[in-house]
Amino acid sequence: MPKLIKLAGDTAQWAEDIFVHVGDDDALPEGDVILSLARFQAEGEILLSNSRRVGVRIEPDQEVEALAYDLPRLSVVALAFPKYRDGRAYTSARLLRERLGFTGEVRAVGDVLQEQAGFMVRCGFDAFEPNDGATPEVWTKAAHRYRHVYQRAADDRPVAFEERAV
Amino acid sequence: MYLYDPIDREFLIDRSNEFRHQVARRLAGELTEDQFKPLRLMNGLYLQLHAYMLRIAIPYGSLNARQARRLAWIARTYDKGYGHFTTRQNIQFNWIKLKDAPDILDALAEVDLHAIQTSGNCIRNVTADPYAGATAEEIDDPRVWSEVLRQWSTLHPEFSFLPRKFKIAITGALTDRAAVKVHDIGLILRKGRDGAIGFEVIVGGGQGRTPYVGPTIRSYLPAEHLLSYVEAILRVYNRHGRRDNIYKARIKILVAALGAEEFARQVEEEWGKIDHARANLPASELARVRAAFAQTRFEALPAVSDAFETARAASPALQRFVRNNVKPHKQPGYAIVEVSLKAIGQTPGDATAEQLEVVADLAERYSLDDLRVTHAQNLVLPHVRLDDLPAVHAALEAAGLATANIDLASDIIACPGLDYCALANARAIPIAQDIARKFADPDRAEKVGELKIKISGCINACGHHHVAHIGILGVDKKGEEFYQLSLGGSGAEDASIGRILGPGLSADKVAPAIDALVDRYLDIRAGDERFLDTYRRVGLEPFKEAVYAQAD
Repeated sequence: MPKLIKLAGDTAQWAEDIFVHVGDDDALPEGDVILSLARFQAEGEILLSNSRRVGVRIEPDQEVEALAYDLPRLSVVALAFPKYRDGRAYTSARLLRERLGFTGEVRAVGDVLQEQAGFMVRCGFDAFEPNDGATPEVWTKAAHRYRHVYQRAADDRPVAFEERAV
Repeated sequence: MYLYDPIDREFLIDRSNEFRHQVARRLAGELTEDQFKPLRLMNGLYLQLHAYMLRIAIPYGSLNARQARRLAWIARTYDKGYGHFTTRQNIQFNWIKLKDAPDILDALAEVDLHAIQTSGNCIRNVTADPYAGATAEEIDDPRVWSEVLRQWSTLHPEFSFLPRKFKIAITGALTDRAAVKVHDIGLILRKGRDGAIGFEVIVGGGQGRTPYVGPTIRSYLPAEHLLSYVEAILRVYNRHGRRDNIYKARIKILVAALGAEEFARQVEEEWGKIDHARANLPASELARVRAAFAQTRFEALPAVSDAFETARAASPALQRFVRNNVKPHKQPGYAIVEVSLKAIGQTPGDATAEQLEVVADLAERYSLDDLRVTHAQNLVLPHVRLDDLPAVHAALEAAGLATANIDLASDIIACPGLDYCALANARAIPIAQDIARKFADPDRAEKVGELKIKISGCINACGHHHVAHIGILGVDKKGEEFYQLSLGGSGAEDASIGRILGPGLSADKVAPAIDALVDRYLDIRAGDERFLDTYRRVGLEPFKEAVYAQAD
């Protein structure tokens, strides 16, 4: 089980993972769970009503807009990177933050490497399950390797043209 | 020219440090080659047949003298004394050692150059008309918009892991020297009915194994909306472009599968949901970028130069050079000078360190410190005073750079082919050299006139053979190199995809076949029509017969 790193402000820290990733054929455990979109659509209503916290795992070919109605009740949206070259989850993360106004946890799961940290943080991810053994120290450093950014994204970093205008 | 400020410079230093860290991780075995590959590719570092190749970005093909000299220094220090200019206005060095790559990036950063996004599945170096800011045909300076896109696309957090590479080209002139219709996005600056500036937006052109002339998805986009609209296009592509098959992953496949109309509808729908005020560049920053390009200090000169006219009258060589390599400038008393990297027998697009230094000196002394790279793999001195033309010509001649063959048969585009490239099926360079020798007689070459011959060593089409008047594609036929000819392509404003002439030819038959095609053209051309025009008038048959009848 990969360890969870969470962002607190600009700093990444180890975090206890209270959520259990539940497969579609797994028996439902006690406590807080992260489900596939299909399982959430089938069973989510009941789970949410018995005071559990619920997260949904979105695969790259699934559209986050499918969650639009449920987002206020979700604690986590886990966006999957089956391969780290698959960049669809970056769009999903930005849409969750910028278009759908999701304020819960957006977690990167799957093939998650420190090389992606900067991109992920800028797109609105705030929790990570790195599979390259990256520590929070490494993650923090990787996420802030660049002193400047050239475009607006889901974070509130000043863009180069805003720095210039000061 | 746009000059980097401390923010741009610090960005390059951070980039260089990041790459040094990644190379160290790779050399220490912390990253597998599979994990390292996309990282090195985002810094332009390819593993080729014999060594690493480093591709350095030349944003919109624009260099100053200091940058050109640094490229010469890199060629001498880390390579075998030469570099190769590419069809996307970049330069690549073919003999690089992995351990040297971080030092090279540091040396580049010192002169505001880099290799960011010259490879990988990201938004590549933005290309533009090499005559930008110099040609009178221009509606607006495409470098302004190229620089805006360069900054916006640099390490874009959402669009750095696209289904496939993504290339954008811009022209501000109606004569298309940037091949905008065969790019992932092609932008043509247009004047709106209200006199404002906008873009015709073309999406889904491309070459490779499935060539397309891109359809226009919007005939006029007000210029200030460029970034939000491009964001919408990229988002639709990032979400819906195919990722299951590398050969079907370019945006052209998505556009063709959906149809241009449906693709445009999806882009417009996405664009409608984007917060334009947030996504577009503020007017103040646009003004800052524009001002950087508006500072070219031209002198007020008479339209005619006596010094030039006297020298020209006395020199047939200068006359020929002017006929073929010198183009009209928007400013009276100035000219645009093309520097051919296609001397007969040379590797198309190669320049030695010494040649780079000569051109750097000329740019500094005679062209307002401005040098351009063309997509046809030549160089341009964009702002030469007519008074200085004789001196520039003499200096180029002394350096072996005065070949007067721009757009003639020996001005051949060729990819590196099997001499360098791990993907190639066949050699391209020796074929180009063979053909150029057939047109070594400059009188014959001029009599034939504009003829764009382009050679690719494999189906990936880096040599643009699909959009050549005469295209040549190298294929592997049971271990032997064969070459397939196609006719009638164009990468210019009259873009079209060439049609295959007939069965492939062995390497030694290619140059004679080109000869036969040209002879047939000279026999049947009407008036002063170009080879391409004759082909379009008479079709494939007369040419097919010219090449294959002799073999029967």
